[in-house]
Amino acid sequence: MLLAALILVPALGAVGAYGGGRATRHSVWLVAVAAIHLLMVTVAWVTAPAPMLDGWLALDALGLAVLSVVSVLFFVVATYAVGYLRRERARRAFATWLLAFLSAASLVAVSHHLALLWVGMEGTTLALAPLIFERRDRRSLEATWKYLVISSVGIALALLGTFFLATAQGDLRSGGLRPLVLEDLLTGAAQLHPAWLKAAFIFLLVGYGTKLGLAPMHTWKPDTYGEAPALVAALMAGGLTSCAFLGIARATQVTMAAGLAPFARPPLFIFGLLSLAVAAAFVIGQSDVKRLLAYSSVEHVGLLVLGLGLGGVGVYGSVLHLVNNALAKGLLFLAAGNVALAAGSERGGLLRTIPASGFLLLIGLFAVTGSPPFGMFLSELTILRAAWGNGHPWIAAVILVLLALIFIGIAVTILELLYGPDRSGARRERESWWLITGPAALALAAVVLGVSIPGPLQDLLARASAALGGAVP
Amino acid sequence: MGHLADLLLLLVLLSGFLILGTTRLTTCIRGVALQGGLLGLLPLALQPLPQWSAHTLGLAAGTILVKAIVLPWFLTWAIREAAVRREVEPRVGYIASMALGIVAVAAASAVATRLPVPGEHPILLLATSLSCVIMGLLVLATRAKALIQVVGYLMLENGIYVFGLTSVDRVPFLVEIGVLLDIFVGVFIMGIVVFHINREFDSLDSARLTELKD
Repeated sequence: MLLAALILVPALGAVGAYGGGRATRHSVWLVAVAAIHLLMVTVAWVTAPAPMLDGWLALDALGLAVLSVVSVLFFVVATYAVGYLRRERARRAFATWLLAFLSAASLVAVSHHLALLWVGMEGTTLALAPLIFERRDRRSLEATWKYLVISSVGIALALLGTFFLATAQGDLRSGGLRPLVLEDLLTGAAQLHPAWLKAAFIFLLVGYGTKLGLAPMHTWKPDTYGEAPALVAALMAGGLTSCAFLGIARATQVTMAAGLAPFARPPLFIFGLLSLAVAAAFVIGQSDVKRLLAYSSVEHVGLLVLGLGLGGVGVYGSVLHLVNNALAKGLLFLAAGNVALAAGSERGGLLRTIPASGFLLLIGLFAVTGSPPFGMFLSELTILRAAWGNGHPWIAAVILVLLALIFIGIAVTILELLYGPDRSGARRERESWWLITGPAALALAAVVLGVSIPGPLQDLLARASAALGGAVP
Repeated sequence: MGHLADLLLLLVLLSGFLILGTTRLTTCIRGVALQGGLLGLLPLALQPLPQWSAHTLGLAAGTILVKAIVLPWFLTWAIREAAVRREVEPRVGYIASMALGIVAVAAASAVATRLPVPGEHPILLLATSLSCVIMGLLVLATRAKALIQVVGYLMLENGIYVFGLTSVDRVPFLVEIGVLLDIFVGVFIMGIVVFHINREFDSLDSARLTELKD
């Protein structure tokens, strides 16, 4: 019941929130549904809900990790939206599309039927498209079109990969296994047809990798993150990426279970390292904060698949990185949103005109580049350790060099905004609590995860990592 | 599988070539509508009449409704409102596109005979599916008009649909309806964006979308 409610409550909320155009109506629906969703996720932590629909909907550790990340981030974004909607006029379907995204993302997290997971994934793509077009100008139009076409082609290839996987299962009438259900794919992994399974893995990796924004399929990302409202970009960089990573993780899970790890690792390495390299090349000299953050997102999704490919403690690092990425990206995009809301803000002197948001941006800079004491330091260190320990010292070296370059690129731009010559001449602005509290909470969480990971979360991440064939450091 | 199914698959391929070789937007849309209708009939042709289940009938009806009627009608509405009926202006010429299409079919057939297809499913189904996928990608990559790219996306989805028919007993009805609904909403949103592109840029040419770059 709980699993269905996680999908249906936001879906009904999406219907209820439509229309009006009055800001308070949007705010009330968003915050109320987000709070109920977060409450249901908390219940799921305590009670471990039973599978539904013949095992199509089930919640394992990995699914719960993604679900929690999405739910927490969505709640923060919903509270932020209250402040945002007081400043900016929203279209009538604004809250509807946001809630539709929450519903689709929940479906992705709880699906153990891989075709149903695809339906949810396509749902997340479509729900966010109208939000990118929120400003209705030429630039946002171009960004929406690129996002739609590239994501749609990617997700179509993932559907083909899903059908390949069904074909790899062969004739099921004798074995009593259910088609495309994760548990049965894992049980019968040894009988999967290797050629079809390999084709399925590649198509799923490229397809969901397009949604994840791995290089070289990342080209929609800077345009989309740059043009979408900041709170939508925060949801994409933290929530959508987590869902897409789950799709790749499921494909990897099945491929590894079939004993094809030597086949699966090289593509994961290549996409991961290429993403880091592309991010390093484009963050240097990037002056637009949101585009800068988009390339930083390309970097972090690259690290996610690298950790997955490295195996061992790398998988644990990867799952931990998923959580840290959502926190840091949420914090930075929301802080960047405050910068965009402030008048004349692109010209430096932020610590004087909007000190609280400026300070959050500074914290976000260190959180997202993996400096101690933030959580990302731990997860990046774990992935590096895995590369070093599993006999890939050159991968570890390449990662280190690229991370250093990316740190410099991000730091130069953000420090320029904060401490650069103050040419704006703008007066100090009053900052709304709604716009500060959410990102501040994310910053606090990022520090807590860097200092000590709470017991239950540690346990969850360990179980998720074990399901993907990883170890715990 | 009877001769009817063979014939339908052949016509699906021919409608792909029709889209590759045409100069007119309306012909492109009619081509993809024809392909959608043929695909709707395909599940019926693949099974003898007494074996038709509610699943098969529902799939056929849903496919014909969405792919042959609603989406083509919507795309036709979009070009009429946008008042564009000019030629397609491809980056790769029509003759070259047709030639690439033939290469695609040859390559798909070569792959189809090598890959082990489980069960009694014929190689022709697999070859048609892969050909449609490649032709769809070809249209997406070589046509500049945003509306034709939507047609290319539909061809790609049609190819995947044909592949789905090789495992029709394995993919449950609920999922198929979900897939169909997603494609419907996706093309609908694309159509609306195409409409706005035309209003903003006075052209459906996605090659003019070049403001955003590094």
